[in-house]
Amino acid sequence: MKFAIPLAVFIAVAALLYMGLGGDKSRVPSPFIGKPLPTVDLPELHDPERRFTNARVSERDEVVLLNVWASWCPPCREEHPVFVEIADDVPLYGINYKDARDDAIDWLERLGDPYVAIGYDEDGLAGIELGLYGVPETYVVDGEGKIRYKHVGAVTRTVYEQTLLPIIEQVRREATPQ
Amino acid sequence: MSRLMQPVLMLLLLLMALSPAWAQEPGLGADTPTPQTADVPAFEDQDRQQRYVGLLRKLRCLVCQNESLAESNAGLARDLRRIVHTRLEAGQSDEQILAFMTERYGDFVLYRPPVRPSTYALWFGPAVLLLIGIGVIARMVFRRQAPGDRPPLSEADRRRAAALLDENEGRSDS
Amino acid sequence: MIPELGNFALVLALGLALIQSGFCLAGAAMRRTDWMAVGTPATWGMLGCAALAYACLTYSFVANDFSVLFVAEHSNSGLPLFYRVAGVWGGHEGSLLLWILLLAGWTLAVAAWSGSLPLVYRARVLGILGLVSVGFLAFTILTSNPFDRLFPVPADGQDLNPLLQDPGMVIHPPMLYVGYVGMSVVFALSIAALMGGRLDAAWARWSRPWTLVAWLFLALGIALGSWWAYKELGWGGWWFWDPVENASLMPWLVATALIHSLAATEKRGTFKAWTVLLAIAGFSLSLLGTFLVRSGALTSVHAFANDPARGIFLLGFMVIVVGGSLALYTMRARQIRSDVTFALFSRETLLLANNVLLMVACAAVLIGTLYPLLLDAFGMGRISIGPPYFNAIIAPLALFLAALMGLGPLTAWRQADAVALARRLRFAALGSVALAAVVVVLLSDTARLIVIVTVALALWIVLTSVMGIHGRVRLRQGSLLQGLRGIPRGFYGMHLAHVGFAVSMLGIGVVTTHEVETFHRLSPGETVETAGYTWRFDGVSNVQGPNYSAVEGRVVVSRGDSPVTVLRPQKRHYPVRDEIMTQAGINAGFGRDLFATLGERVGEDGAWVVRLHYKPLVRWIWLGAIFMAVGGALAASDRRYRLELRQRAHADIPSNAAAAGGGA
Repeated sequence: MKFAIPLAVFIAVAALLYMGLGGDKSRVPSPFIGKPLPTVDLPELHDPERRFTNARVSERDEVVLLNVWASWCPPCREEHPVFVEIADDVPLYGINYKDARDDAIDWLERLGDPYVAIGYDEDGLAGIELGLYGVPETYVVDGEGKIRYKHVGAVTRTVYEQTLLPIIEQVRREATPQ
Repeated sequence: MSRLMQPVLMLLLLLMALSPAWAQEPGLGADTPTPQTADVPAFEDQDRQQRYVGLLRKLRCLVCQNESLAESNAGLARDLRRIVHTRLEAGQSDEQILAFMTERYGDFVLYRPPVRPSTYALWFGPAVLLLIGIGVIARMVFRRQAPGDRPPLSEADRRRAAALLDENEGRSDS
Repeated sequence: MIPELGNFALVLALGLALIQSGFCLAGAAMRRTDWMAVGTPATWGMLGCAALAYACLTYSFVANDFSVLFVAEHSNSGLPLFYRVAGVWGGHEGSLLLWILLLAGWTLAVAAWSGSLPLVYRARVLGILGLVSVGFLAFTILTSNPFDRLFPVPADGQDLNPLLQDPGMVIHPPMLYVGYVGMSVVFALSIAALMGGRLDAAWARWSRPWTLVAWLFLALGIALGSWWAYKELGWGGWWFWDPVENASLMPWLVATALIHSLAATEKRGTFKAWTVLLAIAGFSLSLLGTFLVRSGALTSVHAFANDPARGIFLLGFMVIVVGGSLALYTMRARQIRSDVTFALFSRETLLLANNVLLMVACAAVLIGTLYPLLLDAFGMGRISIGPPYFNAIIAPLALFLAALMGLGPLTAWRQADAVALARRLRFAALGSVALAAVVVVLLSDTARLIVIVTVALALWIVLTSVMGIHGRVRLRQGSLLQGLRGIPRGFYGMHLAHVGFAVSMLGIGVVTTHEVETFHRLSPGETVETAGYTWRFDGVSNVQGPNYSAVEGRVVVSRGDSPVTVLRPQKRHYPVRDEIMTQAGINAGFGRDLFATLGERVGEDGAWVVRLHYKPLVRWIWLGAIFMAVGGALAASDRRYRLELRQRAHADIPSNAAAAGGGA
């Protein structure tokens, strides 16, 4: 029944288009999901003598959030209060991206500093190592230093509760010995 | 000439028509000798300069996603251009530099989709369709009528038919 | 008041479209002449209402009525009048209104010029066109009404996208839309034929001019889009294989295949089912284009809207229209199959080859456009498909096609003599290659094989066209002029269109392999030597436009001692949208373009990054498209089509009688 082939092809294409609706098409998925956090070695924002490294991020052996932000970035400003709220629930590490050190410190003084430690990525090269293509970006990193999820864009309350929190809790469940 | 010559000559004709296939060079992209981008110093080595621009053209800017790294003015694009430049100066190969990009950004950053099992359908699909098309033509052409399907024409009819056909061919050629 | 009138006109148009389609299709099913007669007046009414609605929206733009949401989003009191009128189609809702208006226009044209068609068949065609109108009107009124109000009324609008504020951009959408919408005519003709279960050569003769007109407008629309992008986007590119560009190319490729297939159906009664399938595919791809621009399924610089809700509606509409048509095709195609044989070497075979090449090209474009979606949907990562893929696949197909283009018109139907033809074409073939090799080696410093092949093929097409015309003139009875006059327009049209393709192909081949693009950091007064010209940068100055302020550079170009031109590239700032746009400084020439753009300011001494391009033969790309369009127009206006109509009106043709009598 060769005359039915065009119809079959069309149905397949229509199904594909249906699946393609919705979702952010400019989102670039990270190739690091499930892989170890790439090497990070930066001076700390507050104390340039200390180093902010992978070891620092994994020091607690538990799941953490790694948030890349900048004081010149409006969505970072929007998401910051959420981070301040959740700082007690999950450890937060930050990377300050292509910012002026003083501007960043002022910003934190004004809006609150929920981070355990912050790396200072002045030239943006550390961001590129992470596959960053815009700020803010937030990673869920497990106790072994593996990236479990990457969120691009501001972390709103909804995003935290509906997207990040379930992943965090799942990672915690996996880590708990049965 | 014998009836054998017709298909042979037709084959030769088709081969002539098909010769572009052998002339095909991959990627009819723009040939751009000696450009420089002002935010990085020019290369001293012309060959490196060519490779530099070539690489930039192959990489998609992730911020302005419809521009390549060669065109985009985004901050990230500038940073990535500097990285490409640095790595070329350090003597890395094109493959290494492209691998650097895809390791961090995935295949999305390449304009030319890599050929791997998930993209076989993409790269070989058109060729397969072409072969199917040729097969369909072959089937249509070589489909023969069963003998005795139609009654033979009488002589008068045959002459009339020939006359009509000649007239038709002379008249409508488009 | 006016927007409400416009809204009312739209609703009225919807009602009329429902009446038209309802009465026509029901009347056809029940053979009721009085119902079927509702078609023409309903069409007139629909066109009137669509025109009224369109006029109301235009008025709102011109009068700066910012209480209308669409106007507030796409216009501004500082916008020049010309762009306010054109801004109507500068956004999603308004462009739909344009689509509706054009569809009403095409429907009326069909109604007015189909007097000789069998009544039942004609009613079905109008009914189907009416249904398509119903779909678009419903979509517009329910999801994308351009007359929605905005409260509180803003003091001023958000301005038209600066990229659209260009003459090229103004004319490109209407041309393209005429083409897109025009594909609905041959679609309706085919569906009506499937419904009736009959299709003959006369049907093909009737369909061809409609298809040709739609085809030529698509060609013009695509060429205009390319030309506009070249002027406006500042990178010197003229085609990016962007999803929306691809969405306009695909219907054109199908329409090209359709024209050729119709030729075979008309002359020899063959390929009937395939022709119908192509007609359905052409219109389906037009709808797909509409879907892609507005649904957010694919990112594109062209996308009007990224609204999944609208996407669902459009997808549903497509499923009904295309799915329904293909279901009908599946059921009825067997009935209209042709049973004509032809030899291995014949024009039929070459036309089949033409169709296969065009459809494989179309399929490649479709695959390349939708593949990222496919991988993403199955979670297999995200890839991007750009020019390297498309160029690699399309270029060889285009070259194959060019080779056939020279051969086809000279090959006889049914069974051609390959030996005689080879002898006849020997000189043209060898001459093309030899001449191409000589030309390329002499004119360019690097003789690349691909360039020689491209030039050779272009020459091949021109030579064989001349031979074709010569062959016809040779058969004449009178003077040369009488002989030339005696050749039907369709014949000239065909060869002109083929030559147009050759010209475009040549332009593309030469500009991609021989263009020179360089970037430099230049201080005022500095000169640079590139592409055989001397370019002197004279710094920048500030200029003011009607709704923008700009920095304008001055680049003086000379060749040796003689000045050639002064280029004035600009970087414009449109304050309302706070957008920056690069305007290239272009010196257009028949044989080459000189092109300069400003990059960024560097340092404090007035130095800028400047990009300079030399683009040989780039204008030929669009010139070729113009030739193709003129060729199409010539072919569509061939006397045969008009004569045929008059003859059919008088003769007692079986399909006519049978249809009227209740058989079809």
